[in-house]
Amino acid sequence: MKELNIEKLHIAVGDQEIVRGLTLRVPRGEVHALMGPNGSGKSTLAKVLAGHPDYHVTAGKILMDGEDLLELDPDERARRGLFLAFQYPSEIPGVTIANFLRAALQSRLPEGEELEATDYYAKLYEKMELLGMDRSFTSRAVNEGFSGGEKKRTEILQMAVLEPQYAVLDETDSGLDIDALKTVAHGVNSLRGPDLGILLITHYQRLLNYIIPDYVHVMVAGRIVRSGRKELALELEERGYDWARDGATEPAYR
Amino acid sequence: MTKNETATIEKQAAPILSGSSETHEFPDWFRDQQRAAWKQFESLPNPTRKDQAWRFANVGLLDLGPFEYGGTLTEKERATILEQSRGLEEVAGRMIFAGDELIERDVISDQLKKRGVIFQSLERAMVEHADLFRKHFMSQPAKLGSAKFAALHQALVSSGTFLYVPRGVEIELPIEIFHWLTGENTSAFPHLLLVTDELAKVTVIEHFRSVNEHAPGFACGVNDLVAGPGAKVTYVCAQNWADNVIALQMNSTMVDHDASAMSLNLHLGSRYSRFESLSRLIGEGGRSDLLAVAVAKNQQEFDARTLQDHVSPHTASDLLYKNALDDRARTIFGGLIRVEPHAHFTDAYQKVRNLLLSDDAEANSMPGLEILADNVRCTHGATSGQIDEDELFYLRTRGIPVPVAQRLIVTGFLDEVVQRLDHPAISEHLHRLIEKKFAKNRD
Repeated sequence: MKELNIEKLHIAVGDQEIVRGLTLRVPRGEVHALMGPNGSGKSTLAKVLAGHPDYHVTAGKILMDGEDLLELDPDERARRGLFLAFQYPSEIPGVTIANFLRAALQSRLPEGEELEATDYYAKLYEKMELLGMDRSFTSRAVNEGFSGGEKKRTEILQMAVLEPQYAVLDETDSGLDIDALKTVAHGVNSLRGPDLGILLITHYQRLLNYIIPDYVHVMVAGRIVRSGRKELALELEERGYDWARDGATEPAYR
Repeated sequence: MTKNETATIEKQAAPILSGSSETHEFPDWFRDQQRAAWKQFESLPNPTRKDQAWRFANVGLLDLGPFEYGGTLTEKERATILEQSRGLEEVAGRMIFAGDELIERDVISDQLKKRGVIFQSLERAMVEHADLFRKHFMSQPAKLGSAKFAALHQALVSSGTFLYVPRGVEIELPIEIFHWLTGENTSAFPHLLLVTDELAKVTVIEHFRSVNEHAPGFACGVNDLVAGPGAKVTYVCAQNWADNVIALQMNSTMVDHDASAMSLNLHLGSRYSRFESLSRLIGEGGRSDLLAVAVAKNQQEFDARTLQDHVSPHTASDLLYKNALDDRARTIFGGLIRVEPHAHFTDAYQKVRNLLLSDDAEANSMPGLEILADNVRCTHGATSGQIDEDELFYLRTRGIPVPVAQRLIVTGFLDEVVQRLDHPAISEHLHRLIEKKFAKNRD
């Protein structure tokens, strides 16, 4: 099955359970929006998907195309096709974007095989153009001194270059003005296709005007309380998260 | 040092110093200076850890007993060294020394010569340009602890580089100098005397290397760098001695008014390497940038002592030293910013950052300030830390395996210093040397 399959997942940080029995399926070719108030566990889920060592999965499983993701290290997950766009990307002083992405692509090649430099730069420049980024960016240190918009754009640039099968975008819209939001959305939309499944995590409906999801899920207190088509986002915008919480009976999927 | 400890060097140096050897023909005044320096070397006490200037240092490593002085090269060694003296692609001039013998000199262009640039061996310069030589050669006393070793250097220096850049002459391409230690227990006493006149501009890179990468050896070098009024001097050192070498280097930089001097010292090789750097800002508007990068592995110890001496008002200095330490390696930084009583409007900065890659590594930092003037801006600080877990995780989520990610972070940390040079070719060369050291230690 070509899908990212999260089943009855429980996540704890220390003694506190943050995600409490979450089930969600993201097939390739679809965009699923995951909405929820602050503290609902959205970002925790994103970090666990990527394999952050500080979070513990206490129950449930995560399968990517049938393979147990929890058995894999963060770098192995990435090499098999998972990508996380961070809400707060790290700054890596002294490491240029060009060297960073080169190392990332190199790590996907069989041992002893060298990345072809000319092809690499051609691809990099093409994707930068797509995101309206100047070529001089390649010689800047990763995220260092970047504005919020530049950071988010750089996340999407990485996604474009690394061509994952599944992408988790964690609050990619936060801190962006409308122009930056449009650019980032344009980048994401141009990457959409039958081979890519996207989990779009956001607090606000605004992003969904530009990246139209196939499905919308509402997460409250570590669980999905409502799922529906894209119209659910508008309804949620109108009625608020309290409505979603109160009306919820059992977690629903489709 | 007991008689016993210096037996070999002393025995072999004595005939030369007494004038009975024909090895080097130096002017009498220079010979006299050497004899006096030798006496001084013999009379000065050995450093001990109790001296503030040697605090934390492993002074036990300074046993000179095993090391020999002088010696000759075989034709094969000479050929090997010439073959291996690869540095930058494009240079304005080049000298290669092996065991203090000048074995090759790529002369500078006729055009530069016509404009008065002098690029010759030290021993020729002391005859042909005695006035300039005597004015600047070791004119600054070694203040940072190694007076004894500076005296040893002066007594035994037999060759080196003399570079004079006259008024208004700008040499765009770097001048490149190689110093090689040749065999087991050999010694070298490298010297660079660089004098720039008003508004001159020059960049020099020195490579310190060993023919055999494990051979013990001893190096004791001194550099005199003089930046004339408005001159721009860049000095780069790529220290890559064999891993059993004991090395001391004492550099002084004089910065005249409106001049700027930048030095970058990359420390990769040796068992123990001590590096003393004195920067004197003697004219208004002078600026000095002191940069250093060290990659310390295994049992290596890098011992850096610095003095940013602000003598004149309106001067600036900026020191940035970064160390990456692995295994049981140690680094020491002892640095002082001194602002003399009338050196008002001084800007002086000093920053040391240590990245610890192992729990057994040890970084010692002793930053210091001595401000005798009013109206100055000075900051100093030293930090030590480990690789940031969030940075590591970020790289891993892009598919980069842990060892590669760690190496990227460490080289990035060090590259921040290397990139401050405005010579991309040199920065690239240093970057490759750093990467090579990490690659080597993986085996």
